[in-house]
Amino acid sequence: MNAQELYASLEKLFPGKVSNFKGEAMEPCLNVDSGSIVEICRFLRNAPGYRFEVLSDLTALDWPKEEKIQIVYHLYSYSQRHQIVLKADLPRDHPTIATVEEIWKVANWFEREVYDLFGVIFEGHSDLRRIMLPEDWVGFPLRKDYVEQEEYDGISTQRAPLVEKLLR
Amino acid sequence: MTETAPAQGFFTEDMTISVGPQHPSTHGVLRFVVKTDGEVISEAIPDVGYLHRSIEKIGEKVTYHGYVPYTDRADYLAAMFANQAFCMAAEKLAGTEVSRRGEFCRVIACELNRIASHLISVGTFGQDIGAMTPFVHALRERETINNLMEEICGARLTYNYIRIGGVGYDILPDTCARIIEFLDHFEPIVDEFNRLLSGNKIFIQRLAGVAVISKEDALSYNLVGPNLRGSGAKWDIRRDIPYSVYPELDFEVPVGTAQVGVLGDSYDRFWVRVREMQESVKILRQCLAMMPKGPAISKVPKKFRPPAGECYARVEAPRGDMGFYVVSDGSEYPYRVRIRTGSFTAMSIIDKLSKGIMVADLIALIGSLDVDAPEIDR
Repeated sequence: MNAQELYASLEKLFPGKVSNFKGEAMEPCLNVDSGSIVEICRFLRNAPGYRFEVLSDLTALDWPKEEKIQIVYHLYSYSQRHQIVLKADLPRDHPTIATVEEIWKVANWFEREVYDLFGVIFEGHSDLRRIMLPEDWVGFPLRKDYVEQEEYDGISTQRAPLVEKLLR
Repeated sequence: MTETAPAQGFFTEDMTISVGPQHPSTHGVLRFVVKTDGEVISEAIPDVGYLHRSIEKIGEKVTYHGYVPYTDRADYLAAMFANQAFCMAAEKLAGTEVSRRGEFCRVIACELNRIASHLISVGTFGQDIGAMTPFVHALRERETINNLMEEICGARLTYNYIRIGGVGYDILPDTCARIIEFLDHFEPIVDEFNRLLSGNKIFIQRLAGVAVISKEDALSYNLVGPNLRGSGAKWDIRRDIPYSVYPELDFEVPVGTAQVGVLGDSYDRFWVRVREMQESVKILRQCLAMMPKGPAISKVPKKFRPPAGECYARVEAPRGDMGFYVVSDGSEYPYRVRIRTGSFTAMSIIDKLSKGIMVADLIALIGSLDVDAPEIDR
């Protein structure tokens, strides 16, 4: 199924929930209403003819100007040999979306990483902890306005420029 | 005859052991919190992040050309593939043509790198199980590849060889001859390795039927590369989402065949890797014969500014589907670089598989998944 057909059928099945289809992009993508992400993902995973068995990647993009955080799902179907990219927009001040862990097990870790680095809350997640950073780390590093704390656990995160150090 | 009464106040409780962060079987710095009842594991929770160097964040602060050396550090055993995936993403964004000779140089460098990486994988796997000698044999061969790599690009591990538009340096005829010499030497070595390790009865008994991953689980946990193919799914990015010059090359995609035990067990994953080395040899011979003349790199502007947009480039790395998701806002710096690696997803399945297996089998499981700590944490 090509992306155009896929979008047309989704528009029919989930009216008002999908929008902003970009078919000319290198990986065709569409926007999904963040409230119906689980419903749509479950359909795409299980419905014959769609069968997206694989969640290749789940990540986020931070757009401070538009006041949103976008969750990006890269889906691939090995059996049908097609792909689609789903995007869900979340408000930047309180980004919350339902987990898709039930549909693809790998989402557990992907979502933990997005939680850790972007501060997105995945509702219903079985184990939402930081994965890369220590639990007491402050802030979400991959956000565009992230400012590194000056020290962590008594260790300075700053370093004097080498030239200054040598001149001293 | 006296009956022994059960001792009062004795009870058994689960033991919690920390395996790692420094442990020979973890192949790098990662840790498992293992709960065991005697020898049987009830839970092994992976704890990662010790090697998090925020390579993705660095990507937002350096130029496209400047980011290539950073990609090397994602997976130090297979740096070439991260180079290639990132360059492919940048080229797709900007619509840059890659010179044809450059493409062949890329495939040659990558396949040599794949053999080197698989040698480490199967070698250390043997070592984990207790077979020391094959590891030394594997490292000896890898040393030759490292020398060849040094000849090709001046570096032995972190290559920075593949650049946007092609490769940094051409592969010279002398080097080509030495690669062929190595391949002639290496092919019989694989058979020797098989006699030494793959066919070894103790080795087989340690792996057959251990930590079986079904095809459904492999897909749901998004295992990629040899781990996925070990479970019987015939999926290889080189064949199924072709890139570079792979469509012109003739090679097989080895899959797990339940060689000695159950489909998807630790041995299948190991055996896929051994056979992939042989396929890489085949690919290398074809590439060296087909390599056209011409420039190794096409003309690419120094100030590289792809138009606003996004793309996701995949390559088949030794640890499977490696994806670079690059978003551009039209400036000199990437807006976002996301690296999706095979080890990260392979790590996430360990928690599930470890329930009810023996402590020794956990080591076999970690080894058979070929996880590489820097690639998990990035």
